[in-house]
Amino acid sequence: MAQALGPQLELGSLEPRKSVSDQKMAPRGVASVDPLAAAVGRQFTFVVENMRCGGCMRKVETALLGVAGTMSARVNLSTGRVGIVVDRSIKANSEPYIEALKSAGFTARELPSDEAVSNSLDEDLERRLAVAGFATMNIMLLSVAVWSGAGGDMEKSLQTALHWLSAVIAIPAVAYAGVPFFASALAAIRARRINMDVPISLGVLLATGMSLYQTTQVSEQVYFDAAVSLLFFLLIGRVLDQKMRRQAKSAAENFLGLLSPATTIVHSDGATERIATSAVRPGMALIIAAGERVPVDAKVTRGRAEIDEALLTGETVPRQVLEGGSLYAGTINLGGPVEAVATAVEDNTLLAEIARLMQTAEQARGRYVRLADRAARLYAPAVHILGLATFIGWMWVGYTWEPALTAAIAVLIVTCPCALALAVPAVQVAAIGRLFKRGIVVKAPDGLERLSEVDTIVLDKTGTLTLGEPELVPGDDVSDDVLAKAAALAANSRHPYARAVVKAAYARGLTVVPVAGVEEIAGSGLRASLDGSEVKLGSPAFCDLAALANETGTGGAGEEASLWLRHGHARPTAFRFIDPLRSDASTVVARLIQLGYAVELLSGDRTAIVAATAKASGITQWRAEVRPDEKTHRLDELKAEGRKVLMVGDGLNDAPALASAHASIAPATAADISQTASDVIFQGSKLSPLIETLAVAKASQRAALGNFAISIGYNVIFVPLAVMGIVTPIIAAIAMSLSSITVTANAIWLGHKRLKDAT
Amino acid sequence: MTALAWLIPAALALGALGLVAFMWALRTGQYDDLDGAAWRALDDDPVSPKKGPRDGEQ
Repeated sequence: MAQALGPQLELGSLEPRKSVSDQKMAPRGVASVDPLAAAVGRQFTFVVENMRCGGCMRKVETALLGVAGTMSARVNLSTGRVGIVVDRSIKANSEPYIEALKSAGFTARELPSDEAVSNSLDEDLERRLAVAGFATMNIMLLSVAVWSGAGGDMEKSLQTALHWLSAVIAIPAVAYAGVPFFASALAAIRARRINMDVPISLGVLLATGMSLYQTTQVSEQVYFDAAVSLLFFLLIGRVLDQKMRRQAKSAAENFLGLLSPATTIVHSDGATERIATSAVRPGMALIIAAGERVPVDAKVTRGRAEIDEALLTGETVPRQVLEGGSLYAGTINLGGPVEAVATAVEDNTLLAEIARLMQTAEQARGRYVRLADRAARLYAPAVHILGLATFIGWMWVGYTWEPALTAAIAVLIVTCPCALALAVPAVQVAAIGRLFKRGIVVKAPDGLERLSEVDTIVLDKTGTLTLGEPELVPGDDVSDDVLAKAAALAANSRHPYARAVVKAAYARGLTVVPVAGVEEIAGSGLRASLDGSEVKLGSPAFCDLAALANETGTGGAGEEASLWLRHGHARPTAFRFIDPLRSDASTVVARLIQLGYAVELLSGDRTAIVAATAKASGITQWRAEVRPDEKTHRLDELKAEGRKVLMVGDGLNDAPALASAHASIAPATAADISQTASDVIFQGSKLSPLIETLAVAKASQRAALGNFAISIGYNVIFVPLAVMGIVTPIIAAIAMSLSSITVTANAIWLGHKRLKDAT
Repeated sequence: MTALAWLIPAALALGALGLVAFMWALRTGQYDDLDGAAWRALDDDPVSPKKGPRDGEQ
């Protein structure tokens, strides 16, 4: 620990933000390499794109360590970042490291080193949770011994000794673990408001104080366990909440890291200058070179861009942007250089907008949680008045202050909103956990609530019903020989069509030997020389066969596009591609219809293709060639009919629809913007998560309502008994724990039970 | 009864040990990169710095 602390003290505020999760002890990620390095070096943090496996991790670290002056490099795969420590004597900036990563095949971007504080809060909560958990378990251990010995053979002195022991554990634990609640309650009272933390704090403090007093009086009415376990359960909820927000924040930061730092602008006299992207203003003329990332949102003024919008749309096939077309910051220009005029910069770009959405997404709260908060405003004063009234009532009837206070504390403990506070979060955590194991991520906090109300499902085609990955049309008359030749060329490219060709070759059991000296012309195709003559694989125009392509007539249903192979003067061969349906698309659609959902298909694709897809998947309601705004329009129509619509889609064109639908789901392959707009994201090549999600959403709402009923019913029964003094604080504490356990058990059961709707 | 005199401290000490272990794990960032740690277990030898450039390694 001393090792880790040392460098931190020395670095102080210089310490860059390594990752959201470990900035507090920034050097620790590298401490295992060389603890001293962190103390003497400068640190940089980079966001690295497409770093998804152990191999990439190793390549990134090796590449960075290959740069002179690097003392250590350590990848954090979970956050997609790498932190390095550089010898201070070398006046390095981040450029050589980014270059090194580039030559290793990774695009990286430095993260700014400000905001080095925010994370301390998370770990702080985790430590308090650990202390509360330790105290709860040990005090429970002692309490169980006391309870089972009470009134039996346990000596009074031993009982008191155990009580004192509990006090010794509980008091420091409450003082430490309760701070977040006490602080929040205090802040609320200062602002003359009352929140849920006020009765919690009061209950915990009174229970602890009274228990301490009763211990000194050698009484049996001791309930340290109640106070500590209450804190423990509540802290679990807070920690989970923080964790979700932290992930969202880190994702948003990584996302913004993709903006390019410098931009080439054109002055009115035609001279070009490279300036920082942050200095670009709307209306400036820009040049975006081939292979460069678009720095700001812009409109093309001259040239034809070939844009890889995978970042925004998830679409792997580059999009052609002609003069007047829009370019979005963060996308990559694969074609030749284009001239453009900036339309939106910095915080106004689509990319920044998305990042902002991601950041705020987790901060919204579920409707039931909001309901609980609102209830707390009424509930908390009611609890206090009830407790006070009990105390005064008992005094008035003629009892001494001791039984009066005991009854009042029993009321406070019984009414302690523990079960009520747990009712919804416990169910949400269980449901989200269950879905997470199936590769389904629930992003919106109230997503499950809204999903459970859905009665109509609107699906997109490409990437949703289909896989969104082109595949060679099976059974086409491409000979093994030709396919092998095409694959040999295609193996050099990462274009989706090229990959499909290689995949098809492997599927036929052909050996693919990549040809050397292949030249890739962005947006056109691949060229190489083989056996003395030129081989071309690419678009019809690229293969000089525009005329021939028309002759052959390519327009079969389901066909996505085509690629041609031309070897010397031999007859060129066409490769046709389709976008195959997800393997379980038709069964899932059938099941959804059987469950009573109305299913509809809205696609921007050509009519013939959409009709074929609808037929294959068993959807009777479909529309083709729908523009994004028409999708939204159709959703509004359905809304007007009183339907609750679930939108399932993946592309940029679905994003507005996803955002405007009652609930939305996107596959993990979807455009980032669509993922941001949707409530739920699912992984994998199957569509069945859709059914599971809907089933769990419905079950979780039933369980949440059940939990509300349990906790309210429990209060209705026990509060009058506590007021009358029939329930002592210890029974109240046991009953309270039981109600919390019932509520939690109900939630856990949801995580495991078989749902009849789910397949 | 005298057994309790050492059983209870022993139980508490073991509990405290667990607590300290967790605090240590949290502090040293053992939970920071759960995905990466799974992969690192497969690496035989850690890469060390200053071995000269190894560009283009794919």
